[in-house]
Amino acid sequence: MSIWLVMLFGGILTYLTRLSFIWLQDRFSMPLLIRRALRFVPPAVLSVVIFQELVFRNSTPDLSLTNTRLLAGIIAVVIAWRSRSPLLTIASGMASLLLLNLLFSFFGI
Amino acid sequence: MVSELPPTQTRGSQFIHGVKAILPILLAVAPFGMIYGALARQSGLSAAAAQSMSFIVFAGSSQFVTTQLVSQAIPGLVIVLTIFVVNLRHALYSASVAPYLQRLPARWKAGLAYLLTDEAYAVSILHFEKEGSSGNQHWFLFGAGLGLWTCWQLSTALGIFLGAVIPASWSLDFALPLTFIALIVPALKDRAGVAAALVAGVAGVVAFALPYKLGIITAALVGVAAGMLVEGKK
Repeated sequence: MSIWLVMLFGGILTYLTRLSFIWLQDRFSMPLLIRRALRFVPPAVLSVVIFQELVFRNSTPDLSLTNTRLLAGIIAVVIAWRSRSPLLTIASGMASLLLLNLLFSFFGI
Repeated sequence: MVSELPPTQTRGSQFIHGVKAILPILLAVAPFGMIYGALARQSGLSAAAAQSMSFIVFAGSSQFVTTQLVSQAIPGLVIVLTIFVVNLRHALYSASVAPYLQRLPARWKAGLAYLLTDEAYAVSILHFEKEGSSGNQHWFLFGAGLGLWTCWQLSTALGIFLGAVIPASWSLDFALPLTFIALIVPALKDRAGVAAALVAGVAGVVAFALPYKLGIITAALVGVAAGMLVEGKK
């Protein structure tokens, strides 16, 4: 499937999700179980991507202290949790990765 | 007794109030749009495709995930399914604003649905709950939604331009997990949310090798179940 078809189908499904209840009104109501589940979807999906991006390098897991992405990611989580600032989180995460990589290559780890 | 209507209720002033409510949020949204544009270019999308995704899908997190999956040559059907699941939460927003929009003509419903993003929803539902159904409140959502839409398109364009200039040695791809950390960590307000995120993350590492990146959806569902379990125990 070309990227254009992916965007088109993904866009149509997203639009229909947004339109769903605005259009249907009281003819259909959302089951409570689904309503409860939907709240957890964004943190769950994004967290999967975060963990996979931080832990895996070239499809092999690396949980060692030499995995600079994992270390910089943990620093970013702490900064995000304490500051609640998106910009500070991204900036400090990028800077941490840069510094750790420099440091590790300097000491030849 | 007509004097009870506050002066904010004309169409124009509702619209302006919507734009003003979204403005401070745009400061936070613009960097995400720029990072998306740059990442999309570096993952191999053409400038036209990267910008069109902001037009057609117009939902940040799912656009970020798409750039990541595209760069790994994942089958299109899996990407579409992932976009759908990531954006399912919009059904909640749709149900929540529906009572305030029910008397509108179909073309308004169709248009406002396109603009119903996380941010536009967040400011509009607060406004709706405060002011009730005044008759013109949809202009507030229109203003907030259009403000966010304009910011998203412009920041995407700027990011597309920057993506071509930023050297690969800057490890820009690391901005993807950082962006997601910046999005979810401040939003985790209770144990159930933290459980959903942690369990999903660990499950994602375990399920990494599942074919076609189906591990993302599978692990996310495990995380959702964990969140509901913890929430149900209260």
